[in-house]
Amino acid sequence: MTKIFERPLYPYTRHADQDAVSPVRHKVVIIGAGPVGLAAAIDLAQRGVPVVVLDENDRVSFGSRAICFAKRTLEILDRLGCGDITTEKGVTWDQGRVFFDEREIYNFHLLPEEGHKRPAFINLQQYYFEQFLVERAQALAAEGAPLEIRGRNRVEAIGAHTDHVRLEIETPEGPYEVQAEWLIACDGANSPTRRMMGLDFVGRVFEDNFLIADVIMQADFPTERWFWFDPPFNRGQSALLHKQPDNVWRIDLQLGWDIDREAEKAPERVIPRIKQMLGEDVEFELEWVSIYTFQCRRMERFRHGRVIFAGDAAHQVSPFGARGANSGLQDVDNLCWKLARVIDGRSPDWLLDTYDFERVYGADENILNSTRSTEFITPKSEISRVFRDAVLDLAETQEFARPLVNSGRLSVPCRYDDGPLNGADAEELPTRTRPGAPLTDAPLGDGWLLDQLGPDFTLLAIDTDLPDSPLPEDMTCLQTTRADSPVLAERYAGDQSSAVYLIRPDQHVCARWAQFDAAAVEAAFLQATGQSRGGAHG
Amino acid sequence: MADLTLSRNIADPDRFYDTLMAVHDGLSKDESDALNARLILILANHIGDEEVLNKALHLAAQTGKSEDS
Repeated sequence: MTKIFERPLYPYTRHADQDAVSPVRHKVVIIGAGPVGLAAAIDLAQRGVPVVVLDENDRVSFGSRAICFAKRTLEILDRLGCGDITTEKGVTWDQGRVFFDEREIYNFHLLPEEGHKRPAFINLQQYYFEQFLVERAQALAAEGAPLEIRGRNRVEAIGAHTDHVRLEIETPEGPYEVQAEWLIACDGANSPTRRMMGLDFVGRVFEDNFLIADVIMQADFPTERWFWFDPPFNRGQSALLHKQPDNVWRIDLQLGWDIDREAEKAPERVIPRIKQMLGEDVEFELEWVSIYTFQCRRMERFRHGRVIFAGDAAHQVSPFGARGANSGLQDVDNLCWKLARVIDGRSPDWLLDTYDFERVYGADENILNSTRSTEFITPKSEISRVFRDAVLDLAETQEFARPLVNSGRLSVPCRYDDGPLNGADAEELPTRTRPGAPLTDAPLGDGWLLDQLGPDFTLLAIDTDLPDSPLPEDMTCLQTTRADSPVLAERYAGDQSSAVYLIRPDQHVCARWAQFDAAAVEAAFLQATGQSRGGAHG
Repeated sequence: MADLTLSRNIADPDRFYDTLMAVHDGLSKDESDALNARLILILANHIGDEEVLNKALHLAAQTGKSEDS
């Protein structure tokens, strides 16, 4: 049986564009059919924006790669129409163990908050994540949505102009050109687009190598996350063991800087290490082995005129804390509604600059968090190792020390505090749902709050009537009461008797009030869509 | 009651740890050891209570790899 990553899912076929006399112009071209590019294509196509995805390959990626997908990512997938299949395939775990040297210093149960549709995160091989996105994209195209994926179409040159971007594309049947009104570069950490445009990607390279192995084990091994600091089988380094679907286990072994990368990847070197980790008598088979170094860095700006960078192409973080693919999906979530509005002429071009502002802010938060984890896991000086080890020693018996143990913090979506699109705040309402914050899910009726939002803006009203006055365009209403959903009311109204929220298409809060006020809602809507600032910002 | 606080008491543990590491940035091991000694004395003075300090000293002495040479 061939594995999913061995099959062409979007094989090369000749396109009429290749025979056109002059280059055909497209609304949006996306470079890269990874998680970020595919999600962007689906989001835009669902909004009616025609989109062409170009990828140099024709299949999903090999190896587990991004393995942890956080709740916010699953919520975005719900909006994109493939949240169920992804969540069902994924592995959910809630028990973790932390080892130091030869001993288990503590174990923990994650106690996720009740009243959310999706779990805190799932473990899933990236190839499945991509497969479900490809299938969703192809289903949309089959229904007539304006979306196509062109396999084995490698972009060789880019010319950025004021009203379009010119692309030279290489295919198995030779080169051709297209034009794009907008280009979204989702071509990964080594982004050829970034290089072709001569743009900087600055930051900090950590001098470390990690060996990642996907191991197939039939044994009845517990579904837990195990993290080792300085274990006997990897002295002075760290190790991580994580369960994925299909009895595939992900192993991450820190190797240090001064190593022979090729030698470390050899099975005769890898297998004895894994035996030390799992136990001599555990039977396993290697599916994938890779060595990587990592960086924490980002582009200075993610938007360059008509070329917009998203995902790893725009920012890269260390792997601790699962902030790579998850933050890329948040980029897409933030970008696509804005781009659709600008393309439709419903918002000024300036709205796209807020993508830059908000996602640079998000990238900085992710870089900060993953840098802190890296520094705990890989102490950079003798004294930082002394403190690290002191924390671990205390954590064995002292509960207070455990929050200081940092083996990667769970990826949570960033709150756009002080974001340029944020409107009025009623500070007597709960802090977690303040303007700029991503919505907190809650049970509502037979389902969930997030599933009942409109595709565009939503006005959420709790225990207050919305007068009959006409609402701004592109806005749907959702009315509920404390009696309908006490959990929702507690999360959004707190101890107040009523609340009104204006919610963005990417499910972040724009503005909120204790009572409905048509003029205030209108003002917040104009601000959130860039219409009341467009003039001021050119 | 002079009790040593052993429940979680730092609002943002990651930020605290980051700051703690930052004051050691660029110091030699000897300089860091000296900084740590000063820090212990400062914190001890802040605590003041002898019973609490004795409990903390005892706990620090007890934990860790005491079986090692």
